[in-house]
Order: sequence, then structure tokens, then C-alpha cells
Amino acid sequence: MINKIENQFKFIRIAISISIALLLAFLIISFVSKDPLFAMYNLIIGPFENIRRVGNIVELMIPLLFTGVGVSIMYSAGQINMASEGAFFLGGVAAAYVSVTFLLPYGIHPVVAMIAGGLIGGLIGLIPAILFVKFKALPVVSSLMLNYISYFLGMYVIHYIIFDPETGYLSSFLYKETAILPKLFSVTRIHWGLVIGLIVVVLGYLFLKKSKWGYAIRMIGMNPNFAQYSGINVGFYILLCQLIGGAIAGIGGAVEQLGMYSRFQYQKLSGHGFDGVLVAILANYNPKFVPLAAFFIAYVRVGADVMARNSDVPIEIVSIIQAVIIVFVASERFLAGWKHRKIVKASQERFASEEA
Amino acid sequence: MASVSHLFHLEIGVRIMSENIKVEEYILSMENITKIYSNGFIANKSVNFKVRKGEIHALIGENGAGKSTLMKVLFGQEQPDSGEIFYKGKKTNITNPLVALHMGIGMVHQHFMLVPSLTVAENMVLGVEPGKYGMFSYKEAVKLTNDISKKYNLPIDAEAKIMDLPVGFKQRVEILKILLRGVDVLILDEPTAVLTPQETDELFKQLKVLKEKGYTIIFISHKLHEIKKLCDNLTVLRNGRVTGTAKVSDLTEQEISKMMVGRDVFLTIKKDVAQPKETVLSVKNLSWVDKHGKRVVNNLSFSVRAGEILGIAGVEGNGQRELTNLIARLEENQIGEILLYGKSIAKQSIREIREQKISHISEDRMTFGTVYEATIEENIISDRFYKKEFNKNYLMDAKKIKNHVNELIKEYNVRTDSKDLPIRTLSGGNMQKVVVAREFSSDPKLVIANQPTRGIDVGASEFIRKKLVTLRDQGAAVLLVSADLNEVIEVSDSIVVMCDGSIVAYLKDAKRVTEEQLGEYMLGIKKQSDEELREVVHD
Amino acid sequence: MDVIFKSIFSTVFFYTILRVATPLIFVSMAALIVRKGGIMCIAFEGMMLFAALGGVIGSALTQNLFVGLLLGTIFGVTIAMIFAYFVLVLQSNNVLTGLALNILGSGGTVFLLFALTGEKGTSSSLRSLQVPHWNIPIIKDIPILGEIISGHNLFTYLAFLTVILVYILVYKTRLGLRIRSVGENPQAAESVGIKVIRTKVISLLIGGLIASFGGMYMSMGYLPFFTRDMMSGRGFIGIAAQNLGGGIPLNTMLSAMLFGSAEAVSNVFQSLRLPSEFVQMLPYIVTIVGLISIGGVKKESKSKIKRIKEIKESTHE
Repeated sequence: MINKIENQFKFIRIAISISIALLLAFLIISFVSKDPLFAMYNLIIGPFENIRRVGNIVELMIPLLFTGVGVSIMYSAGQINMASEGAFFLGGVAAAYVSVTFLLPYGIHPVVAMIAGGLIGGLIGLIPAILFVKFKALPVVSSLMLNYISYFLGMYVIHYIIFDPETGYLSSFLYKETAILPKLFSVTRIHWGLVIGLIVVVLGYLFLKKSKWGYAIRMIGMNPNFAQYSGINVGFYILLCQLIGGAIAGIGGAVEQLGMYSRFQYQKLSGHGFDGVLVAILANYNPKFVPLAAFFIAYVRVGADVMARNSDVPIEIVSIIQAVIIVFVASERFLAGWKHRKIVKASQERFASEEA
Repeated sequence: MASVSHLFHLEIGVRIMSENIKVEEYILSMENITKIYSNGFIANKSVNFKVRKGEIHALIGENGAGKSTLMKVLFGQEQPDSGEIFYKGKKTNITNPLVALHMGIGMVHQHFMLVPSLTVAENMVLGVEPGKYGMFSYKEAVKLTNDISKKYNLPIDAEAKIMDLPVGFKQRVEILKILLRGVDVLILDEPTAVLTPQETDELFKQLKVLKEKGYTIIFISHKLHEIKKLCDNLTVLRNGRVTGTAKVSDLTEQEISKMMVGRDVFLTIKKDVAQPKETVLSVKNLSWVDKHGKRVVNNLSFSVRAGEILGIAGVEGNGQRELTNLIARLEENQIGEILLYGKSIAKQSIREIREQKISHISEDRMTFGTVYEATIEENIISDRFYKKEFNKNYLMDAKKIKNHVNELIKEYNVRTDSKDLPIRTLSGGNMQKVVVAREFSSDPKLVIANQPTRGIDVGASEFIRKKLVTLRDQGAAVLLVSADLNEVIEVSDSIVVMCDGSIVAYLKDAKRVTEEQLGEYMLGIKKQSDEELREVVHD
Repeated sequence: MDVIFKSIFSTVFFYTILRVATPLIFVSMAALIVRKGGIMCIAFEGMMLFAALGGVIGSALTQNLFVGLLLGTIFGVTIAMIFAYFVLVLQSNNVLTGLALNILGSGGTVFLLFALTGEKGTSSSLRSLQVPHWNIPIIKDIPILGEIISGHNLFTYLAFLTVILVYILVYKTRLGLRIRSVGENPQAAESVGIKVIRTKVISLLIGGLIASFGGMYMSMGYLPFFTRDMMSGRGFIGIAAQNLGGGIPLNTMLSAMLFGSAEAVSNVFQSLRLPSEFVQMLPYIVTIVGLISIGGVKKESKSKIKRIKEIKESTHE
């Protein structure tokens, strides 16, 4: 009974957080928009109005599968590491480099590009963990600084190594055709990255929830003293999971480049890593729920995009929705009273039935 | 049963005496205080506690006897469920520590209430800072500190930072701090627990000076020689009740000890005589120093053999926790040697030690023993999840683990609906059964059990004790640390007594030991000779 | 090389250091006050962005500088108070809450800007006011020194004044003492009657106020308008400066200036048409190195080491 309430509670808290966020969004929309009902219609129904938009949702969701799983693994060890953003960006740059300069056959080329992305992403994820384990440097701050370094490093590669002067803006040469990930369906731009992303979700789930390594990581996240007492090598697993989480984000960056773009043209950090944090929080750090959470975030994004194009409400409404969801989901006390009352009531009923 | 009748007489004597002194003025009187915690634990049962002006009154009792609760009630940190408090003849309602301070009651906590990076003067005046217009006059604070330090002859460097001071001086700051607030009654909660003998002597001198100046002091302790040295009267608590109030000079240490350690319920465990075999664990000249530089573990030597239970008796906080943590490798920087099957563990990891079939029940169930948020299953498998038998093709073998865990839940009688519930949904006793199920089911050759039954119900306690005996019969070496004397005597084959980090007694046959005897050793009244102590090392 | 030397050892360069260090000094002081209160807050980016926009909107709508400053402060402090409510009252995870408020700052300001002007990139269409520059009498005529320290935006002087004020607040006032005690040992503070939560909220309020000035400097001094995401990590560099400065106002200010000079150097190199990316990394690399150097030293208490030595010696004899 108590278990049921506990599980219910987690979902209800997330559901109520999302509702509050959407309500607040409606409130803001009705303030700023001349035709709020039309704007809201676009936000909610718009994404499903035609197949192309549904395709957009899935396209947007693909990179979030990677960063969502990556962050779930990183945060499961209790490490708040923001390096998924830098890892995603540099993963993309590495893939761009491989795609531009290497001559490889179909099939092999994207794999090599993804491996390159994964390696650099893993390295970026690992650095804040090393700084934490060795020097007690705060992972939040060091990883955010590292994101800027990653950004400039990536831009250097684009600017000086694979820069295409013909385009008139800062971008790389065209990716070789051999490196591009093929599309899955003709109408949309949904690409093979979806399949790879879903494989990562499954593998991430098995790793984190079903393997001995994942078990050790989760125990460290919940109680490092207990893990140590039980004989688990705490430092090693912290490094391992930050490496793996970063690598997954890096692969995601590579997949995004090879699936959605023909040349590297990001001018700033893409934000997919930060969105991954949100996805992971909504999925309760369980890769199993990452597709659902990623779909939801992508849906809100596309909805806001449709709304921005058809009405007078800018797409940035999304960040307000995201922020509100995070603060409520991250709040221990929010609805705790409700949960407590529910448990007390359940126990009382139990006592009553036992006595009868 | 001799001790019970003796106590009876003693209590009559006490009653007569207390009537004689009724005419004298009590500065403080707590009457019929009952305190029940929300989990149903009754910490104080109709306690009467009276203190006269200008005396040093000892409040003594074992761990869990209710001393701290009573003082929390007095200091306003807990509210009594019934009973009344009279202060200077007036009935009062102490709702929080500030009220207590305003009335004139101050407390020096065991964990100092000081801000480490601030100076002595700043700590002294915190909350009542001198200065105008929101400014803080540091000069004034230093002057106040120096004045009060001179007035009570308790010298202190007002401008030193707290973190640079030795423990004894920190305590002095605490005392000065409450004196500055103009209190008449000082409560000292086990003030000597953290002090070296020299610092203790110094503290006693200071307290005697304060007494001469007319202050009233309530002194909480379980070190009897200290009480004999310092206190005028004493009140003894046992299991939440007062077992006596008396003049310290009227009683011998033995008599006080008996008032403290008697038991209402006696348990007996049926077991055969131990058949000790080879030595599993031997500890040689082991010492350990805490972060304040105090020598918490003091030159210990003993050994535990397969097929025997060696009990370690002692008041909590006399180095037992540090000892077991050192053996389990949770604590570093040992001085001396710990040998497992003759091999030093100093360079081994916890996993390596556990793989040699060492089990450890930590006394800190919440920090080390369990993961509060994880499921029962996850809590049980933490020491074996990686083993081949529980893994199949890179993944953990869920079916095998499920069967294993369900078997253990059944065998160890854990009352729960499902192995997948978070362990926090269990009662304390059932939670401990989960810990025990993990630690006892790995076919251990050495079991380190630190307070395995503390704070849990009678049924679960009995179950765990019987299991310990079973393990012994199967050939395991058991090291049982407990502050529960009845438990130590009944479960152990031989007993070692620890006091102040040292071994003070080795009692070869636990069957012939009485609680009174143990009490005298653990409270530091008696100590065996070095020759007698050497026998605990079997080589 | 010669060009570089000339660029670095010029008065313009040192003038630039003060100019770019100004927002960092503000944030680091905000971070310092909040940290003294025992709160780990990373929401300064969000506070600064909102303050920057608030200042622009207020001054543009009323054409009154003080209304602008007031509105900017209100915006920034509001974010700080939202943080306080969630973290101190609802006990949300502080890092995630900070992250959320930074996301809100990034998107919310652009949203607001668009709602008011129909533009998303900058507020240049709004006729917002700027805080004036100040040529300090007498000093401005001193060669070299005058060129470096005179003629700055008033915010720059306010930043240095803030360092002094923060020093006084922390070390010389009743409130400062209480903030420090609450941050370090809340139980101790509570035991002498200090209201812990209230004191922490006050420290966040002051921190939000100071961070707001840092934000408003960016849109009303450093640049004459608001641009999206214009803080580019300055809120975090401020936190790192506070870390490196070990919670001491003067050292924190110097750390902020160190990070500022890394930025100034990168500005110089950029104008030299060198690979600007590496140079632009400099402030962030310096920040990480700063973080490492604080945590690297593991302190064992002296008395403990001494005691262990004594015991070892005595048992060997």
C-alpha cells in the first residue's frame, strides 16, 4: 500500500508540476497575446496537425534521447555534472571533422564519426569528475566552465581546420555523403539516429538498472557511505559513470550532426545537454522513461515553435515552462504534506482493518 | 536477585533522606516528568528531579536511560507530555531554549554550539552583539569576553579563532558564553567525554570555582570517579525512571554502579560451551587518534578465535566504534596492527576484506548499514551483487537474486509485503533484520557486530542474538560490541571491557560474570593487571 | 610579439581590465554574501539577465535613470527571492533550482523583450538610458594613472565601493556576524536565538541586489542595450572568484580582477587576429585552475599529526 502511494506520488508530483507550468504558460499567453485562444490552440494541438510536425517532434526528440540517458547515468551517482552540454557540442565537432576529412565507405564512416564523438564526449564528462575526486572542485562550476572551453575549442576546429570559406558564414565543409545517416521515412527528416537513440535507451536502461555496474552507481548516488561499507570502490564508479554519460552525450552530438545537417553550422552551444538534464529529471533518472520525457519536451518545443510562427507569442515561452517544471519536480517539500496525509490515512485504515 | 533487594533498601534510604532536605531551597524542581517520543518510545517515566541552589548535582545513568531527554525538556528543546517544572519556586513553561536562557538556565552541549571560523569574542556575544545602529563593536565584544574571563578566572584568548583552540578551551568558551548571558544554572552534558585527563582536571577546578560563586551545576556523566570527585548529590536514571537520589558521599562507587546497571527483564540464551579453534582476528597494540588529536583507541591487544564469541562491554563512546571501524577498514590511519588470519589488513580494500568472509554490522544503521531510499533487495545484495553466481551475460541474474532475497526475507523473518519496497518503509527491527540477513548469510568466518540490537524490539533482538550463537556453533569467530550488559553476558563466551579507549578487563568465562562486576570495570572503578589482560591474546 | 607587449602594457589595457572586471566584482561579492549565509546558489546568471533587462525597460519607459535602476533591482531581487522560496522553504535541490532560474533568465528575458518590442536579439530599439561615465577631478589629469582609473562608468566605481561595503557588512555589522554564524553552524546560531531561515533570506536578498547591479552594468554601461544571453557565464565566473578568494572580500575582488584580466587579454589578442578561440577560453581555463588550487590542499589538523607521531614514537621504544 505504502509502496503504491510512493510510486503514485512521484508521478503525481511530476504531473502536477507540468500542469502548473502549462497553466502559468496559459496565463502569460493570455497577457501578451492578442488572440490567446488561437495561440494556445497552436501550442497544444499544433504539433499534431500534420505529419511533418509530428516528424519534427521525433527529430527534436532524437538528440534528447542521448543526452537524457547520458545525464540519467551521470546524475545517478549523485554528481551534478553539466558537461553533457560541452560533450554534445564537441561530439558533434568530432563527427564533423571525421565526416569532412576521412575517406571511408558507407556504413563505416558514420560509425567512426560516432566513435570519435563518443570518445571526446567521454573525456569531457570525465574531467569534472576527476577534478571532483582528486581536488574536491565543485562539479557544477567546473563543468559549466568546461562547457565554454569546449565551445571555443570546437569553434577553433571549425574556424581553422575544417572551415569552408565559400559559405559566407562560420561553418565547416560539407560532410561527405558516406558519413550522412540516411532518413527513415520520406515525408519527414526522421533519420537512423532514432534507431540508434532507442538502442542507447535500452542499453542505458540495462546498464543502469540491470547490471552490477549500474547497481553500484545507484547505491553510491543514494548513500556513498553505504557503498564504501559494502566494499564498492566509490571513486572508480564515479569516474566510470561520468565517462559513460559524457560518451553517450558525445555520440548524441555526432548523430545529430550526421542526421540533421550537411555541414557544421552551430554558432553557439546548442542547449541539448541542458535539455538532457530536464529530460533526466522528468524521467526520474530512469532511461526507461527517457523516450517519454524527451517526447514531451520535444512536443512542447514544437508546439511553441508552431505558436511562434502562427501567432504573436515567442518560442521562449518554452524556457519558462521548463524552469517551472524543474523547480517543482526538484522540490522535496512540494506536495509532501499530501503524501504524508495519504500514508497516515492508509496506515490508519490498516490498523482499523487489522483490529476488526 | 540480590541486587534488586539491595536497591529496594537503597531507595527507602533515599526517600527518607529526601524528606529531610525538603525544607531546603530547591532552585529547580522537575516533577512527574513523562516524555513519550512519536515512535512510542517512553524516554522518561514520571521522573522527579530536584536540584538545590549552589550544588553540583550529578545526573547519571547508562546510554538510553533518559538523561539527555530529561535535560532537553529542562532546556526547552523537548516538551514533556506530562509533569511540571518549577524554577526558583515558580511554575514555568519552557517552550524553547531561549526561554530557558532568559530564565537563567544554560546548557553546554556535547557537540559544541560554536562557529569555528569566528573568534572567541564573536562567539561569546552571538545573538546579543554589542554596538549601535546595526554595527557590531568587536572591541566591545573582546572587552566583554576579557572581563568575564577575568571575573571567573577562566583565562581565554578572546581574539583566537575557535577552530584553532584545543577542545578544552572550546568547552571553556561554551561555559563563558552561557555565563555571559547571566544564567544561574549550568547543565553540562557529558563534558568530560571529549577531554583528556589533564583537561578534565582543569575543568573540575573551574567548576568548583563557579560553585563557590553560587552557581548551580547539573553534571551529566557515567564516570563514577569523576562524580565522586566533583559532585555533591546525584540522581540516577535507569530505563527512564529515577532509581535513586542521594548524597554522593553516602554511597560507594559500587553502590552507585548497582543503581545504574540493574535490569528489569533478564534474558537467557541457551547455548553450549564454546569450542574455540584457530585465531581469526588478532589486534596488536592498536591505537587511533581523532581529528582533535585525542587518542580514542588506546593500545589495544586482543584476539578472537573461530568458534567463540568475544564480547566487548563498555559505555558507548569509549572507542568501540572506532575499533570496529578500523577492523572493517572504514577508518584509516591506524597505529599498530590488525591481522586477519595472520595477515595485516592495512593495505587491503574493504572488498578484499569482505571476500575473506568478514561481516560487519555497523552501529550506525542509517549511515553505513542501509540505503534508506533503496529497496530491501538492493539493501541485501550490496556485498554480493558483483559475484558470478548472481550475474549472467553482463547483467545481474534477476531471477536468482529474487529467489535468494526472498529466501533470506523468509529465513530472517523480515515482515514486509514485498522485497521491492524501500527499506525506509520497515520498522527499525525489521530494517536491522535486513542488515543481519545480508551480513550473516555470506557464510562469515568473522562477524563484527556493533550494537546489533540497539533500539529494536524484543523479538528481533532475541532473533539476532540466537543467530549469533548459531554462527558461532558453525565455526565463525564473533566480536560482539554492546552497551547492553545483559546481552554481552548472555551471548558472549568471554568478555573484554573497554573504558576510555583501553581494555581494562578480560573475563574469560562470561557465565560467571555479573552485571555489577562489569559495571565496576566499565565505569572505571576497577582495572585488571597487565598480566591478566595479556590472556586475551591467543597466539 | 612587440605588438602584443605594446598592447598589454598600455593604459588602455589596464583601463579595459577595470571595465571588464566590473560585472565580475559585483557577482563575486553577491556570491560571497550568499555563501557566507551557507547557501550554494548558482542562479546569478538569471538574476543578472533579468536585472539587465529590467534596467533597460524601466529607463526606456520613463526616461528616468533611477526608475530604470529601481526596476532592474526589483527584477533581479525577485529571482533571488524565488530561489529563496524554493530552496529554503520548499527545500528544493539548490543546484537544480539555480539551473532552472538560469534557464528562466535566458528565455524569460527574451520573451519579455519580444513582448515589448517585437524583437528578440537586442533592445536597441528601446531608447534606454545609460549610467554616465565619470572623469574624476584632479586624478584625471595625472598621466597614466588618470588614464587608467578615471573616466569609467559610475558602475565601475560602485563595484569597488561595493567591495568595501560588503567588507563592512560581513565583518563590522551585527547582521554580518549573524550571516556568518548561520552559514557555518546553524544549530549554534539557533541556540542563541538567531532566526536561521530569515537570516539566510536576507543574505540572498543582499546578494540578489548586488548581482542586479552587475547585470545592469552590462546593459546600461558596458553596452548601451540588452542582448540575449549577454552574461555569457559571468555569473559562474563570479562564483569561481568567490571560491578562489576564499570568502575574503579583498581576495575575492582580486580573483575577479584576475579573471577579468584574462578576459582583457583575450580582447587584446582578438584585435591582433590571432586564433581568438584559444584566447577566449582563457578566463574559463583560469577559473578551473582556480577551482583546483583551492581544493587541492587537504588539511589534516596539526594536533592530530603531532599526536600520531608521539604515539608511534612511544610504542617503538
